[in-house]
Amino acid sequence: MATESILVPEGARRRGASRRRGSHVVAHVVLGTGGFIMAFPFLWQIIMSLSTNAEVQSVTPVLWPAELQWSNYAEVFDRLPFFDQLQTSVLITVIRTVAQILFCTLAGYAFARMRFRGSGVLLALVLSILMVPSQVYLLSQYQIIQGLGLLDSLGGLVLPGLFSAFGTFLMRTAFLAMPAELEEAARLDGANPFQIFWKIMLPLARPSISVLAITTALWSWNELLWPLVITTFSDRMPLSAGLATLIGDRTTDYPVVMAASLLAMAPILILFIVLQRRVIDGLASSGLK
Amino acid sequence: MTTVSRPTAVPAPSTPDGAGPAGPPAHTPRRRPSLRGDGAWPWLFVTPLVAGVAVFYLWPILQTAGYSLTESGPFGGSTFAGIENYLALFADPRLYLSLANTLLYTGIVLLGIPLAVVLASLLNLPGLRFASLYRVLFFLPYVAMPTAVAMVWRVIFNGDFGLLNFLLGTVGIEGPYWISTPGAAVVAVAIVGLWSSLGFSMIVLAAGLKNIPPELYEAAELDGASRWRQFRAITVPLLTPSIFFVTIITVISSFQLFDLLYAILGSSNPVLPRSMSLVYFFYREGFVDNDKGYAAAIAMVVFLIIGLVTAVQFRLQRRWVHGD
Repeated sequence: MATESILVPEGARRRGASRRRGSHVVAHVVLGTGGFIMAFPFLWQIIMSLSTNAEVQSVTPVLWPAELQWSNYAEVFDRLPFFDQLQTSVLITVIRTVAQILFCTLAGYAFARMRFRGSGVLLALVLSILMVPSQVYLLSQYQIIQGLGLLDSLGGLVLPGLFSAFGTFLMRTAFLAMPAELEEAARLDGANPFQIFWKIMLPLARPSISVLAITTALWSWNELLWPLVITTFSDRMPLSAGLATLIGDRTTDYPVVMAASLLAMAPILILFIVLQRRVIDGLASSGLK
Repeated sequence: MTTVSRPTAVPAPSTPDGAGPAGPPAHTPRRRPSLRGDGAWPWLFVTPLVAGVAVFYLWPILQTAGYSLTESGPFGGSTFAGIENYLALFADPRLYLSLANTLLYTGIVLLGIPLAVVLASLLNLPGLRFASLYRVLFFLPYVAMPTAVAMVWRVIFNGDFGLLNFLLGTVGIEGPYWISTPGAAVVAVAIVGLWSSLGFSMIVLAAGLKNIPPELYEAAELDGASRWRQFRAITVPLLTPSIFFVTIITVISSFQLFDLLYAILGSSNPVLPRSMSLVYFFYREGFVDNDKGYAAAIAMVVFLIIGLVTAVQFRLQRRWVHGD
């Protein structure tokens, strides 16, 4: 198949290419303008975070502050228990991601590769959750956490999110697609099922594991509703809920709010930009059954 | 040089149960590791997840269904109330208001899908320079924390000094007080919703476009079909499975609208009771007014509505989704 394009005469290819290049102008104009609009709120946020409150509230927009107000960033730490919240966000994200990878790969592997009584029913029960919107279990999850005495604690923040039906589905699909020969060879060599899983199958599932890690990390870092419900003290909140406490003050200090928002987003955005190809391709492929 | 073929292209040659019915060729034959079963191993593998899911998801679903049939007393006790919560809910104008707001939001966010189809096909032009830069720019809003981006949008939508009304003013339009006018507030939140979901739709669609065989375009080109004609006759029909998937995801996630609404409007905004979404309505009843039974009934109704909408979409899918 691929050789066909090589067989196309050089002249024809060049003509095709030049025609394409012509239409690229339109593409660049559209995508460039669109991309600018998409990124603009972030730029605007950076500019505002370095302005004075008067400049932000000026009726004619101030496109660049007269003097860069770096002190706004210092003030974030007076207004919010920022490091406590940052620590909470990091811990939630790391604990959930590690736990989901562990639990979902184990269960996904067993559902895909092992035979045991009741596996079909168990799998159906687990996957049935995928169809249920989160508020259906929210009330009751809250009560369980309350009953365990875990309100306003890290345990309460992470607990339900350690388990994921989506992750199990994703990992089961990944393990189903793998060839059985490797497992068989290992079994003949006397490896037990856990060794086969851990040493052979898990490394092969790396692409799907990274999709799971990315979706879990993004969701854990950004999520608002659960932390809002579980925490009441701002030093126990993750950044998402902590930021929300800054809204609704009568006299909003906009530049400081912008600086806080940027600081809260920065870790995940930097991680995204570093891993962009993997993140985008991973999420795109999660959309293709 | 040897040719490297993708594993899926090569069907596993030796299958012990070769006499059985042949599966679809792209499917790797799923083989049971042994006929005896694996003893206790599967349970060791499955128990942590299944126990967690049972305790934190399955049981809560049943419990919520139960709560929806009870009335919460003022001191925390609850009594059986039958379908009273549902009757009260269906007579409650707030249900219809929050449903209407949710539908308005969903409708506006869905406008992003045709836009995403066009953008994705531009992004997929062979040899396009800066393609990965564009991908990152469009995808950025999708990975950003909703609460954090809400802060900047609040200012952009501000009625007195917001950038949006300033820009509208330069073309002679007097913009509304977006955040403090009920209808406009939902539109404003939906614009942000569109902005943040566009990148995801675009990337999924771009991946779908990669699966369209280039020969089709070459043949169309030889037949003298214009770019627009190719887009309409090849791209769109062959992309319908991806478009369908993106539509389902967008509708389901739009019905879950909470974070953006809460963070853009602010919890003390007087306009909120008239601009709330279904999930905000649920949150308010369940966690602000602490009416557990009523909130549970709302949750069950939302569940039902999402189920219905998804079922309708799957039904309609047969009409317009190209597939085999």
